Amino acid sequence: MKRRIFFSVVGAMALGFAGCQKTASNEIPVGEFASLTGKEATFGQSSHEGTVLAVEQINEAGGVLGKKIKLLTEDNASKPGESANAVNKLIAKDGVVAILGEVASSRSLEAAPICQSAKIPMVSPASTNPKLTETGDYIFRVCFIDPFQGTVMANFAKNTLKEQNVAVFTDVKSDYSKGLAKFFKEGFTKAGGKIAAELDYNGGDKDFKGQLTAIKAANPDGVFVPGYYTDVALICIQAKEVGLNVPFYGGDGWESSKLTEIGKDAVEGEYFSTHYSPDAGGEKAKAFVEAYKKRYNGKAPDAMAALGYDSALILADAIKRAGGTEGDKIRDALAATKDFDAVTGKISINKQHDADKAAVIVQVKNGKFEYKETVKP
Amino acid sequence: MDWFLQQLINGLALGAIYALIALGYTMVYGVLRFINFAHADVLMLGAFAAYYLAPSVAKVFGPSTVPTALTVMVLSAVICAVIGMLIEFLAYRPLRHRPRLTVLITAIGVSLFIEYTGQHEKVFGAATKAFPTLLPQKEIIVGALRCSSNDLVVVGFTAVLLAAMWYIVQRTKVGMAMRAVSFNEQAASLMGVNVNAIISFTFAIGSALAAIGGIFFAMRAPGIEPLMGVQPGLRAFIAAVLGGIGNLPGAALGGVVLGLIETFFGGMPGLSDYRDAIAFALLILILLFRPAGLLGKMQTEKV
Repeated sequence: MKRRIFFSVVGAMALGFAGCQKTASNEIPVGEFASLTGKEATFGQSSHEGTVLAVEQINEAGGVLGKKIKLLTEDNASKPGESANAVNKLIAKDGVVAILGEVASSRSLEAAPICQSAKIPMVSPASTNPKLTETGDYIFRVCFIDPFQGTVMANFAKNTLKEQNVAVFTDVKSDYSKGLAKFFKEGFTKAGGKIAAELDYNGGDKDFKGQLTAIKAANPDGVFVPGYYTDVALICIQAKEVGLNVPFYGGDGWESSKLTEIGKDAVEGEYFSTHYSPDAGGEKAKAFVEAYKKRYNGKAPDAMAALGYDSALILADAIKRAGGTEGDKIRDALAATKDFDAVTGKISINKQHDADKAAVIVQVKNGKFEYKETVKP
Repeated sequence: MDWFLQQLINGLALGAIYALIALGYTMVYGVLRFINFAHADVLMLGAFAAYYLAPSVAKVFGPSTVPTALTVMVLSAVICAVIGMLIEFLAYRPLRHRPRLTVLITAIGVSLFIEYTGQHEKVFGAATKAFPTLLPQKEIIVGALRCSSNDLVVVGFTAVLLAAMWYIVQRTKVGMAMRAVSFNEQAASLMGVNVNAIISFTFAIGSALAAIGGIFFAMRAPGIEPLMGVQPGLRAFIAAVLGGIGNLPGAALGGVVLGLIETFFGGMPGLSDYRDAIAFALLILILLFRPAGLLGKMQTEKV
């Protein structure tokens, strides 16, 4: 906490010197911080690629307010502390008018107080922890939040999979995982189901057999694992080894090609909720998938790429409507976003500055993520 | 009862890997009286060596067959043995007669150096990599109990290696020299023992065992990254202390005990997030009553 205050003060002080911008006058500098390397690198790379594509398309179409958007990107290496440094630099040295980032909630939470005190609007593409937008009125996101996602999965387990008893396996190190687990449990018991067992692990653990054997002893119909993809892949492998052959499901932290690369057969048939599936969307999504494939050598975009793309589009739209690049004007324009036709569905920014939008549920099939259903809020 | 036996199997397999890694700590401590913190990173290098070797070896012997697995293990062990000797030669030998604390700090430095070099994008990169399947895996089911064939291989292999280590140290000439260096380096050198060679040999063997431990660890949890050695390394170090540092059977026993404690407490609902806290609290308790570890002998420090 002390450190956060320190960085905020530094950020605020630095703003005083921000007058001396190095950017040319026909450009609007927009900052981005992302985990381009490190543990959650695939998240950061995807969202970054989506953002870059959006900025390129906007500039090709003439930019905003007659100026081109200049994207300045900083890597935080998936490490705590680095996001604060990155955002301070972007605001103080580069004089950006707004910040885009991050995927992981804990790292967005690090940057948010700095943006808030510097009065620079921040748009997170994919951080789902509710606390993020509670930081202040300059903080926005273009994705749904954990209570919604947890409830969606609870209803899916109860109604679609017809399960009565489920186990919850939480990563006690992660705010994201604990939040999802809490809302899943509430949703599932409310729907009339029973939580058969609750066990914990520490993100980064490699041996889960002790916990999985205990879960098996409780004889659940399914297991909810709201973790990140590397841990989840190992958990699914070891679950099969202890003979726990029930469906596993989780949240958007599962979505990465690494999940199937590491988990192979063990993750086949499992489900997770996420923000977008290329098979679910309308015209806008189709055009995006094509443009993305063209730009990145045939690579198909994942949800993080789509959200990175949407975050840049919504920001550009807000700057256009604001008619200027002052922080408070952009903030008000962002807050007024209504029914914006984005790749991940229609987005309206609500009072809390979160996005009201639908979630999709996908299933792992033949190493691919196959669209199952869309759940509206 | 089934639950208990199942956890016993899980814990034994995990403990066997800890035992293998703990041997390296304990052997180096035996001859040099310091903790080689870089041991955990040699374990990681072993897993990465196997990761890069496996595709080419698989071309010769076919993917996931026994000859492939054995060749990959032997080659990785050799690579790590060389790395272990190099670490000793470059980092520790110049400090041999400096205060022990200097060497200890150097060991931490070597460890961090390997970890952060490994995380560089041009080396291994920090992202988790999928470890290839080295051995065909089968589930062995007896009644309600299940055991993966990999776990059996790990326990069996570890037992054989432990016996081999015991034989080398207790029954061969090199082993006798190792014990002599451990007992008194100067006296050993006066008796014609080549102390440098013996210390190099100790590092080579310890690092080879770490490599095999790293491969076993990666077979159980097939996602490898440059910091993967830190957790098992720490646990194996504790296991070595628990068993009585410097004592080979002690390291093995300590590893198994730690693996069992972790698995049992990890499997108790409500206690699973205190798993490590409970494991380490129990260790403190054991060390309070047996300060030299389970099998260690108390030695009065000579002044």
